[in-house]
Amino acid sequence: MARRPGPSQGLRVSETAVATWRPCATQARVYRARLNAALRGFLAGRGVLEVETPILARGAPLDPGVESWRARAPDGAAGYLQTSPEYPMKRLLADGAGDIFQLARVFRGEETGVRHNPEFSMLEWYRLDFDDRRLMDEVLELVHAVVAADPDWNRPAASVRRVAYADLFQEALGLNPLTCSAEECAVAAQREGLGMTGQLDRDGWLDALMAMVLAPRFAPGQLTFVFDYPESQAVLARPSAHAPGYASRFELYWGDLELANGFHELNDPVIFSARQGQDLERRRRNRQTIPEADRFFASAMASGLPDCAGVALGVDRLLMCLLGEADIARVIDFPWGRA
Amino acid sequence: MASYSTSEFKSGLKILLDGDPQTIVENEFVKPGKGQAFSRVRVRNLRTGRVLEKTFKSGESVEAADVMDTDMQYLYTDGEFWHFMVPDTFEQYAMGQAALGDSAQWLKEQDVCTVTLWNGEPLSVTPPNFVELKIVQCDPGLRGDTAQGGTKPATLETGAVVKVPLFVEEGEVVKVDTRSGEYVSRV
Repeated sequence: MARRPGPSQGLRVSETAVATWRPCATQARVYRARLNAALRGFLAGRGVLEVETPILARGAPLDPGVESWRARAPDGAAGYLQTSPEYPMKRLLADGAGDIFQLARVFRGEETGVRHNPEFSMLEWYRLDFDDRRLMDEVLELVHAVVAADPDWNRPAASVRRVAYADLFQEALGLNPLTCSAEECAVAAQREGLGMTGQLDRDGWLDALMAMVLAPRFAPGQLTFVFDYPESQAVLARPSAHAPGYASRFELYWGDLELANGFHELNDPVIFSARQGQDLERRRRNRQTIPEADRFFASAMASGLPDCAGVALGVDRLLMCLLGEADIARVIDFPWGRA
Repeated sequence: MASYSTSEFKSGLKILLDGDPQTIVENEFVKPGKGQAFSRVRVRNLRTGRVLEKTFKSGESVEAADVMDTDMQYLYTDGEFWHFMVPDTFEQYAMGQAALGDSAQWLKEQDVCTVTLWNGEPLSVTPPNFVELKIVQCDPGLRGDTAQGGTKPATLETGAVVKVPLFVEEGEVVKVDTRSGEYVSRV
């Protein structure tokens, strides 16, 4: 008689898997559906077209601040899961697609924690002839429109703080982000009780101070825009026209939680090419892996990106704010570890 | 020497920091959307009990602390040292007051405790969660002040003082939760 395989044969199910097969966002699931609908409704109502682009691509960004997940095709060819839909969306823009948005799943390196899941949902949209200031206004309008979609949701404070990156550092820490040395940053960090292990350059220190000293001081429930980031942290933002040494990049915080990152988009192929070189150099210096660059994106940049501004917003984090959840795993049914 | 990278950090991990063995109590991943990643940890110094916050640049590594928890039987004290034995091997360890800390007040001969060894040397001792100890001194009967929640202080055979209900008498054996130092029941 043939023996029937029991559940413990073939596929072995561990005790932990037995305990964790269930979803963990039962409460948040309905609200996520409502939020997605509200986000789509807002942008569609303004004539922004929803688009879809590949999740899996042949190239990845060189930006040392984001790590891509690598995939491998059956024939051995390398692929990358997107860290954001930015590159293919900009190819659409360069081709004349006009105002576009996408609600995309994106993937980032070893990012796991109460505010990070390696796979998450990102709302990214681009507006022709907008600059960063005008897009900040629209981000704000979007947040205020979606919070009204459900009476159960937390609302942010009515007043919004807008502060330049340089003013934030100068006022709170007495540091000039363009000229301060790594040592001066270390002294400021020490004074603020931030004990650090590991060598950091100036930008590394500025990141540490922003994330662990300055943002935690933002008032709970308060929306804060930080704008004009140092050009060394420009990524794909164009150099600022009014603040030399800074770039037209902004971030939105709800309380101390970073929600969105936007640029008046860089469209100068010469500066783009120089920044690619710097990213490559930083990756080499940090001994980070060097992914295949996205050739299609580089060609699109060379052919000419229209004047536009774009922003990416973390949908899971927005949902955390709306529901008052401190752990991202409470708003994702199957977070990494259960995925 | 074994070491751990920040990506391996999790609570309970024993690491060597500032020359002392420390255990990670909490580990938080911190990273701006575009920028440097960090591990922010709360560590408890296993020698002093002090809790500190430390931040590591992602990718840094720290030395592992050779720390091991071993069940041992408490034998006796000679006044200066407290003596413990591993029941399986009869191996004996002596600990001074400093390493023992507040645990001394719960130690009854023959009880099995958890002794934490660092590089083979006793670092601390954790008494059983519940101990049964005899009351050697307390006021009799109901002579307590009922306004204070109906309890009275009782001195136990190991020297510990706990609050017991008014009906508990001298000479009785009581069960105590050593983590909170609270009376649980009569035995």
